Order: sequence, then structure tokens, then C-alpha cells
Amino acid sequence: MPTEPPKSIPESQATPKRPSRLGVLGRAFLHSREASILIAGILLVIYFQSTAPAFLSWSNIANLVVFAATIAILAAGEVMVIICGEFDLSVGMVYALAPFVMFYAHEAGVPYVLAIVLGMAAGAVVGLINGLITVKLHIPSFITTLGTLFIINGFTLTISGGFPVQPHPDPFIFAVFGGPLGGFPVSQLLWAVAITALFQFILVKTRWGLHTVATGGNLLGASEVGIKIAWIKIGNFMLCSVLGAFAGMLDCFRISSADPLAGGTDYMFRATASAVIGGTLLTGGSGTVIGAFLGAVVLGILSDGFTLSGVSAYTFDMILGGAILITMVINVRLSKLRAAGGGK
Amino acid sequence: MSEEALRTESISKSFGRVTALRDVSIRLMRGEVLGLLGDNGAGKSTLMKILTGFHRPTTGKIFFEGKEIELKSVSHARALGIEPVYQDLALINEVNVYRNMFLQKELMRNKFFQILDDREMRRLAQEHLKQMRVNIPSVDVEISKLSGGQRQAIAVARSVYANAKVLLLDEPTAAMGVKESAMILDVIRQLKEKAQVAVIIVAHNYAHVFDVCDRVNLLQNGKITFDRATKDTSVEELMGLVLHEMREAREQIEHPKL
Repeated sequence: MPTEPPKSIPESQATPKRPSRLGVLGRAFLHSREASILIAGILLVIYFQSTAPAFLSWSNIANLVVFAATIAILAAGEVMVIICGEFDLSVGMVYALAPFVMFYAHEAGVPYVLAIVLGMAAGAVVGLINGLITVKLHIPSFITTLGTLFIINGFTLTISGGFPVQPHPDPFIFAVFGGPLGGFPVSQLLWAVAITALFQFILVKTRWGLHTVATGGNLLGASEVGIKIAWIKIGNFMLCSVLGAFAGMLDCFRISSADPLAGGTDYMFRATASAVIGGTLLTGGSGTVIGAFLGAVVLGILSDGFTLSGVSAYTFDMILGGAILITMVINVRLSKLRAAGGGK
Repeated sequence: MSEEALRTESISKSFGRVTALRDVSIRLMRGEVLGLLGDNGAGKSTLMKILTGFHRPTTGKIFFEGKEIELKSVSHARALGIEPVYQDLALINEVNVYRNMFLQKELMRNKFFQILDDREMRRLAQEHLKQMRVNIPSVDVEISKLSGGQRQAIAVARSVYANAKVLLLDEPTAAMGVKESAMILDVIRQLKEKAQVAVIIVAHNYAHVFDVCDRVNLLQNGKITFDRATKDTSVEELMGLVLHEMREAREQIEHPKL
């Protein structure tokens, strides 16, 4: 394309009209991908609070946190996998599997802390298998993880016999890993926030994050400069599965029960929806973990708010689906506007 | 006489039963720009991939600065100072200019946790691009916001910054307007004058790159069929050779010699 290099840009930047600091911050905020989803979330809170005054009560916020925290942890891993250009359908099944690994390890005499590590290790193994099959055997990850989804589900059902089990951790483990504090899911909230912060940091500030973006943004180019794309993909599959395992164990402690039918594709789709609503592109190369966190919160607000407003469970999914689509359309519109009007 | 930068001796490469390169010997001096010309499918890409360490030759030797070497991988070749600039430029659209400049050679504030040193990378990238007279609005913009010529210039600047001794440019002016390619050729000229960088330009558009080359090699059907200083030949002569080859090939198809 014979486009001229935009010579005018340096000049226009050299003579700015020195906007106020607040203006700069405001503009930076509107330019960030997380802005639109945050605004959508606030609008939804206002709407639901006006229709159902119980919405902002402590017990309801606790409900919301429980839902959003689990999905946000799953979404953080899913974001990493999606950014590097892959997809993980199996993470919801790892969520169900890990508590059983932990439970049986504890039954066999392993202390809980170590049993939790073993549960996460089980997740890491699943991620490793997902990654190796995808990268080394060149199977699209959509197919790979579709296969492992069923395998893990079957495995969990087999080892559990299809029945839930009840772990009995000591109060310390219970309090640290998911148990509510004074009726409020404090530890779960803290874990979700910490994991979101950690993964956003990894994505934005570390070499691993940069190489993840590079792998998803330009696979060939990334390999040409010598980035180990196979390892980046395998590693992110492992991170995603480990987070899935961790979220599963948190929920298991919270409700003092491990259910072989918990999580599954429902949680996986909610995590993916959170990622996408939060601004992660399914085509890879671009995404944010904070956005996915906000996406999970918005999903939580939607399901919780509709439940409070008395919308029936049948109609709820239709409304949720519509809400996802509308959010996405608005998001795409906004980012187009940003790209066109922003320039920088 | 200047020093030798890169030389190949009778390199051949086969993929199964397909022979992509036969007996290719090229020689490149420091500060020299060699045009490696040829039509699509002549074996240019294969030769490039061998020189960058991506493929290993089936037979033949490679000498770098006079010593025989075996290029084990792309990273190995880059560590030696053989820097490729690919057609897709290996730039990441979603990532800003200065991080692209340091891609895979990132500076880190903390080696153990691999935390990137953005401030230093930004400063050095800015300095270096200014030195190379690459004109972009800012090193903070994403690559996707830049024109084709600017991207190419950044890719070249990146390789030079990485201490390239031999620069391999794959179709640097492909899909580019006249102005854009002039900008790139200008950057290449600067390389030649300022640094003692040896450059191989792979191209099938002879007219574009002819002026900037010191010497041209013509690759046809996996063989070097022509090797001459630019001042002793012309675009017309090269075109004539290629057309001649085409005519012969067509005759071979229409009236096969038995």
C-alpha cells in the first residue's frame, strides 16, 4: 500500500494544549479496554438495585462474590490460553477432578496442604497433556480439549463412583482455602483478586506475558525471532488447568463437599464468556485478565440480579445470552471507535 | 580487500525427493550488499532458511568470518550475528515499538522473575531509531498503527541493534509503494556506509533493489546461474536471462527432448 508515513503526528504531539491531569487520566481510562465493561457493570448494579433493593445487601453481595470469584479464577487461566492462540474446553472438568485427587490423597494420609498441591499437580498434568497433544501432534486445541473434557469427566465419575465426598479440613485450612469468614466469602474473594492481579502482572510486565501475546499475535513471527512457542503454549495450558484445579478445591472447601458433577462445561463457558466480555479476542494476541475479572463480575451481577428480580430460570438463560451478545456488540463498537478516534 | 563475512560451499538441500538447492556457493564480504535474485520457487527461501539456521543443508559447508560452522538453530545463527528480516517482519502488531525492538532479547529488571525493564528498553529503542533516522510518531505506539515502510524500517533497525554482522532481508520492498521502498533502500544504504554490515537482499523484483546492491546472484532452479558486480550488468540483462529460462522451460514442456 502506498500510504505515506504519517508525518503530521509528531508535530501535533509536540504542541499539545496541556490538558489537565484529570483529563489525561479520564482519557486514559476511556482508552483502556476494561473501561466499557466497568461502566456496564456499574449501570447494571444501579438498575438491579432500583428494581430489587436487596441487591446490595451483604448476603446477596456474598452470593455474588462466591459466583464471580470462582469464574474469575477460571477466566484468568482461560485468558492466557486464548491470548496465545488456543482454547481450553476441559478446564471445568479439571475443576471437578482436583477436589477428588485432594480428597483421596488426604484419605491416604497426606496432610491437606500437600493434598492441595497434589490436586494442583493433577491439573498441571492435564494441562501438560492438553499442550503436548495440541503442539506436538498438531491437533487443534478445540479438539484436544474436547477429548480431554470427556476423558477427565469420565475419570472423575469413575474414581468417585458418581457420589460426592465430604472433606473435613482443620479450621486453618478451611479459613485459608475458601471457607467463609463471618458469613462472607473473604478468602475466596482475596484469592480471586490476588490471582487476577498476579496474572495481569505476568501478562503485562513479564517476558512470559509478552511472549504469550507474541505467540498469539504472530505465531510465525514469534517463532522466527526464536520464541519457544511450543513451550509458551504448553505452559499456558498448564497454568489454566492448575487454576481450574485450584478453583475447584476452593469451592470444595467452601461448601464442604466435592461433587463429581460440579463445574463442567457450564463453568468453562462462563469463564470463556467472562474473558470475551472483558475484551479478550478469541483470535488471540490480545486480552486482559482484569477485563476477564470484571467480565465475571458482570456475569455474576446478571445472574444474581435476574434471580432477585424473580425472572424464571428458563427465561434467565435467554436473557443472559442476549446480554452477552449486546455487551459484545457494544464492546466491538467501542474498540472500533477507540481505534478510529484515538490514534495513540 | 575487505574481510569475508559469509560463504557457502556447494550447498545442496533436498526435501524427500524434491531437490530445492544444488551446489550453491555464494560469497559475501563485510560492508557488501548482495542481491540474491530469482523467480518464485527458484530456491531463494530455502537458501535463506539455511543461512538463518532454520534448515540444515543436505550437503555442503557454511563459513562464517572464515571459519566453518554448523548452524544449529535460528537462535544459534542470531547469536553469531546472522540476523534475518523476514517478509512478515516478525513484528507483533499488538505490541508497541520498543518491546518489538527487543523481542526475545528483552532487557529485564529482574532476571529470576523475568520482569521486563520497560524504561531502559524504551530509552534505548528511541535512541537507536533516531540514530538510524527511522521516522515514527513514538516508540509507544503499537506496530499495527504504523505504515508498511515504517514497520520494515523498524525490523531492519532491530536487527542492526542486535549487532547483526550479516543481515538477511527477505523481499524488503514487496507489496510496497515507490516512496516506501525508497525509504527502505535508504536505510540499507546507511547500513552499508555506517556499519560494516554485510547484507543479502532476497528479491524477485530486480528493478527495486538493483541500485542498492554491489553484486547480484541469480538463482534459477536451485542453482546459481549468474554472479556479477552490479556495475558490470543491468536490469535488462537479468530480465533477459530469466525470460530465456522461461522460454527454455516452455519448450521443454511443448517439445520434450527425449
